Amino acid sequence: MSTLIEPPEAVAEAVTAAPTGRTALVLRRFLRNRSALFGAVLLLLLFLLAFAGPYLTPWSYDHIDYGALRSAPGPDHWWGTNRIGQDVFAQTVRGLQKSLVIGLLVAVLATGLASLVGACAGYFGGWTDRLLMFLVDLLLVFPAFLIIAIISPRLRSGGWFAFVALLAVFAWMITARVVRSMTLSLKEREFVRAARYMGVGPFRIIWRHVLPNVASFLIIDATIQVGGAVMSETALSYFGFGVQPPDVSLGTLIASGTGAAVTYPWMFFFAAGLLVVFVLAVNLVGDGLRDALDPTSKGARR
Amino acid sequence: MSPLLDIRGLDVDFDGRPAVRDVHLTLDRGEVLGLVGESGSGKSATALAVLGLLPGNAVTRGSVRLEGTELLGAGERELTRIRGSRVSMVFQDPLSAFTPVYRIGDQIAEAVRAHRDVGRERARERAVELLDLVGIPEPALRARAFPHEFSGGMRQRAMIAMALADDPDLILADEPTTALDVTIQAQILDVLRTARRETGAALLLVSHDLGVIAGMADRVAVMRDGRVVEQGPAREVFHRPREPYTRQLLAAVPRIDTPRRTARADGEPVLRVRGLTRTFPVLQGSVVRRRTGTVYAADGVDLDIRRGETLALVGESGSGKSTTLFELLELAQPEAGTVELFGQRPGTLTKAETRALRRRVQIVFQDPMASLDPRMPVGDIIAEPLRTQGAGKAVIGRRVPELLTRVGLDPAHADRYPHEFSGGQRQRIGIARALSVEPELLVLDEPVSALDVSVQAEVLDLLRRLKEELGLAYLFVSHDLAVVRNIADRVSVMYLGRTVEAGPVDEVFARPRHPYTQALLSAVPVPDPDRERERQGTRILLQGDPPSPTHRYDGCRFRARCPLYPTLAGDEQKRCAHEVPEFEGDGAACHFPRVREVL
Repeated sequence: MSTLIEPPEAVAEAVTAAPTGRTALVLRRFLRNRSALFGAVLLLLLFLLAFAGPYLTPWSYDHIDYGALRSAPGPDHWWGTNRIGQDVFAQTVRGLQKSLVIGLLVAVLATGLASLVGACAGYFGGWTDRLLMFLVDLLLVFPAFLIIAIISPRLRSGGWFAFVALLAVFAWMITARVVRSMTLSLKEREFVRAARYMGVGPFRIIWRHVLPNVASFLIIDATIQVGGAVMSETALSYFGFGVQPPDVSLGTLIASGTGAAVTYPWMFFFAAGLLVVFVLAVNLVGDGLRDALDPTSKGARR
Repeated sequence: MSPLLDIRGLDVDFDGRPAVRDVHLTLDRGEVLGLVGESGSGKSATALAVLGLLPGNAVTRGSVRLEGTELLGAGERELTRIRGSRVSMVFQDPLSAFTPVYRIGDQIAEAVRAHRDVGRERARERAVELLDLVGIPEPALRARAFPHEFSGGMRQRAMIAMALADDPDLILADEPTTALDVTIQAQILDVLRTARRETGAALLLVSHDLGVIAGMADRVAVMRDGRVVEQGPAREVFHRPREPYTRQLLAAVPRIDTPRRTARADGEPVLRVRGLTRTFPVLQGSVVRRRTGTVYAADGVDLDIRRGETLALVGESGSGKSTTLFELLELAQPEAGTVELFGQRPGTLTKAETRALRRRVQIVFQDPMASLDPRMPVGDIIAEPLRTQGAGKAVIGRRVPELLTRVGLDPAHADRYPHEFSGGQRQRIGIARALSVEPELLVLDEPVSALDVSVQAEVLDLLRRLKEELGLAYLFVSHDLAVVRNIADRVSVMYLGRTVEAGPVDEVFARPRHPYTQALLSAVPVPDPDRERERQGTRILLQGDPPSPTHRYDGCRFRARCPLYPTLAGDEQKRCAHEVPEFEGDGAACHFPRVREVL
């Protein structure tokens, strides 16, 4: 096995140097993983496209070019125009901006909240557990879509962040339940007990021992959540909440372009393609992170 | 006469990796062959190959003949005919060997009917007979019980009953007593002997325990890395081993019957426990939880450890050893009784004082895999107690390589993960972690019971060396009395949550006074065929299983299983039944202590 053979100079160096620590090790393992690195670069490029893109084109996303309705991609309009003459490139990068931020933030917030609540409920047990799980059940029985629909117009002043928070608040409960049950079994494991008898505080135990051991699940959950958040934002936008015209997101672009996918493919495929690339990149990064955190995985090399 | 079982040139590969290589074994009618070796030596794979029970990823070559019939490569129908009727199997884990949803009696009856054309009623009767044969009390009633209602020892008896169902010619027993306590092990080995006497079957006994093999086997085969390195009559292999590996193995086994020079420590007391009690409520109901009973896990534990001393806490599973440990390590006010650590009483201390006390008491766990966080590099694991005590980066960077060297590991391995180490190395990591904050009392919870004998010997050596170098005191919890004799200075025996006998290890082992200690010591097998056979005549076999800890018994709680109790006069029995025997300092908690040498 290649992991067991180290060049002699590396050994000599490690003797004098202090042990690396987990963070550095995980980072190193992540960077060695080629597909994860590819995903990270892809994600970076998407951000670059989304935020630098508007400056590259003379058109703005809400400008209507009456001279070019439904025109195919060409030197004038790179990715063509839609049926009322808006530039598809300008609109797509604008939409990408929104969807990148919404997708990633919702996923991170929802998974973060889920792991915090789930791990605390599982670890502390007793009344903390009962109270938190009651909250989870309560949120689960609320029709999330309806609540968001009712609240979101009132939060318009709060801007897109309020919308992100709202999406996240209704996306974490099931994850939290799973994390709780995983924590319950982890809590009985000897290494958690060992940490307790060493005098490690409960939140440190959760952070250093419990969460890394449920990380595989959390990462998979977060990557799925990214795609889910973009889609639920679309659904809300379709019903007139969330992103409102003339502003656009990838979701609204896909929704409006679906009908024209066969006849005027450029109105649909650029937005849809970018969404696929986005979710793919997130998945690659997620898989890489999971392998980097899990020392037994075969995918990652040290 | 041709042998009953003839294994020639057996090879087993798992996914292309060799597990068994070129094994030749023969077994005559009525003979007992002991197959001994450390984990991974291929002894179980050899036994399973006989019955074609290996998993799908295994490839076998060679020849296995049962009275001239080739078994290797035989069709499934042929094998099914042979399994049970001519060759039967006793597994290590009796819980997973029974279907949980059928009654024990029905499962045995099924085995009876599998190969013989008998009626349902007759098969049931036979099942009850078999249960009676293996010594299950009230067999007719117990036959109607489900597997979960049986204790581990009873399940293993039932397994043996099932193996006997069709009068097999050969019984394969794969570590039949490994999961059991010593007194139960002694019972089961006795049952196996009875079974063999009744049926005249040959026995292939697979075990890692040389003591068990010494007491049972006529011939012994020693395996290592898939090969049989030595085979011969038991006495010859044990007394005049030819191979260096066999010699090494025999030397590594801790012996319960060899005294060791112990140091009588007279330093200041490190730990003093009196009458420690811990109960757990038994709750019922899902909405409104009511307390319907109490488990008396620890109920009157006394312990004394002085600086530089090793106290072994001994008892069978369920005796409250672990509860006692965890109760001590919580550093909280005990439910009842007193705990004094370094003269301080936990529970009355401030937060800062408790933290300082934590540094002085550290623990090493039984299962080195479970007690190390699989997602943490070893360097971080060892540094954790240091970090908790507020050590800086510089101190950690200096201490971690130093600790790794101290426990005999390469400091360059600090950024590897636990799964990259072997069992013994992992236990060394666990010890390094405990030592990182320079404790004065080390609590060792069965630190070597998950390890093979040769690794076990190395870890015990390490512990002994560390104690000398650092002047540590050990609280060594173990169910393995041979290991205890090997490392402890003093010993404290627990039964059902209570200390029953304590004293210097040589005193207690040579002249035990409590009948329970006597039974416990007499149940431990010795890796010497002659002595083991000699002891079989005088072995004290306890009846039944330890009673449930949900009752609080009047008087002496060992009474029901006590071999002494039935021999007492009426008044004396009354005293046992009503008066709790007191225990103080060293001695035995028995009203009628009588020294009896059992080793």
